[in-house]
Amino acid sequence: MGVLARASAAAITDQLQAVPELPAHIRLRGPETGLVMVRGRQGGDGAPFNLGEMTVTRCTVRLAGGQVGHAYVAGRDARQAELAAVLDAALQDPAWQGVLMTQVIAPLAKDQARRATQQARKAAATRVDFFTLATMR
Amino acid sequence: MTAPGNTAGTEDVLDALAPGFADPVLDAQRCFRALLDAMARPGRVQRIAAPCGAPAPLGPAAAAALLTLTDAGTPVWLDAGAAVASWLRFHTGCPLAADPGAASFVLACGAPPPLAALDAGTEEEPHHSTTLILQVAGLAEGEGWRLTGPGIAREHRLAVQGLPSEFVATWAANRMRFPRGVDVILCAGDRLAALPRTVAIGEPA
Repeated sequence: MGVLARASAAAITDQLQAVPELPAHIRLRGPETGLVMVRGRQGGDGAPFNLGEMTVTRCTVRLAGGQVGHAYVAGRDARQAELAAVLDAALQDPAWQGVLMTQVIAPLAKDQARRATQQARKAAATRVDFFTLATMR
Repeated sequence: MTAPGNTAGTEDVLDALAPGFADPVLDAQRCFRALLDAMARPGRVQRIAAPCGAPAPLGPAAAAALLTLTDAGTPVWLDAGAAVASWLRFHTGCPLAADPGAASFVLACGAPPPLAALDAGTEEEPHHSTTLILQVAGLAEGEGWRLTGPGIAREHRLAVQGLPSEFVATWAANRMRFPRGVDVILCAGDRLAALPRTVAIGEPA
């Protein structure tokens, strides 16, 4: 679900080209956009405080087979929320799970991991080691 | 707020989930307008045009009224079973009350709980009382009860099928408590009529 929440609608659609057409679905709720309050804790274990609101789009669908899928994604992309909900429902079906995991979820996860490493490497190149100042004296 | 006994097991009834309003904003606004008109003109039958896929035994009018009026701040008590409870929880997020007296809205598809057992508000805050959404077998204008009171010029005739026989007597007791008291929304299929606490019910001569 985390992989689908981070993938754009275009990326999910691209990966879905490789699999047969997903079963038909009806929308139970949404896709609809709203705000959720993000809460934080100072230091990770302090008293909770309200950090701020973020835009979230949610969708719930039911497939012809009866599986119900939910999705909450950051931002306002209704298409992404609906695709993620349909995939969430289809992944509960054993007949679909294998092919979707290998053809859709795994490539998306791989692509996201590659981009995260690339960004981490870029950031690492600008790293400043403050202890050097102390040792250079 | 949520009582363990009244909470539907979500897993087994999730499969039975049905959609709510097709257009949540406009349909809820239309239904709210119909409910306002129904309350302002007691006994006049309003038709709810917005369909929603509510599970049985909930009719379209009662389902639309619940979707329109309830939210996370209004505890609901209902006797319509686990499928309706989980459907309503999913679409509105309302808490379920264990006891009808603790609920803001009470949905009765079968025999309604006694009106005296429902929250009638306080003298200072009578608007905090419970609203009873009562599903009945049928509503017909022009015959039956003679309704009088605010919002009715002379009298309005309304016949209601499927109400317990002691309802008129308990309604008279409810009216005596004014400004406290319970308001009732009668729903039959896609039609609804309201009985605000001020209306007087006269039996047909």
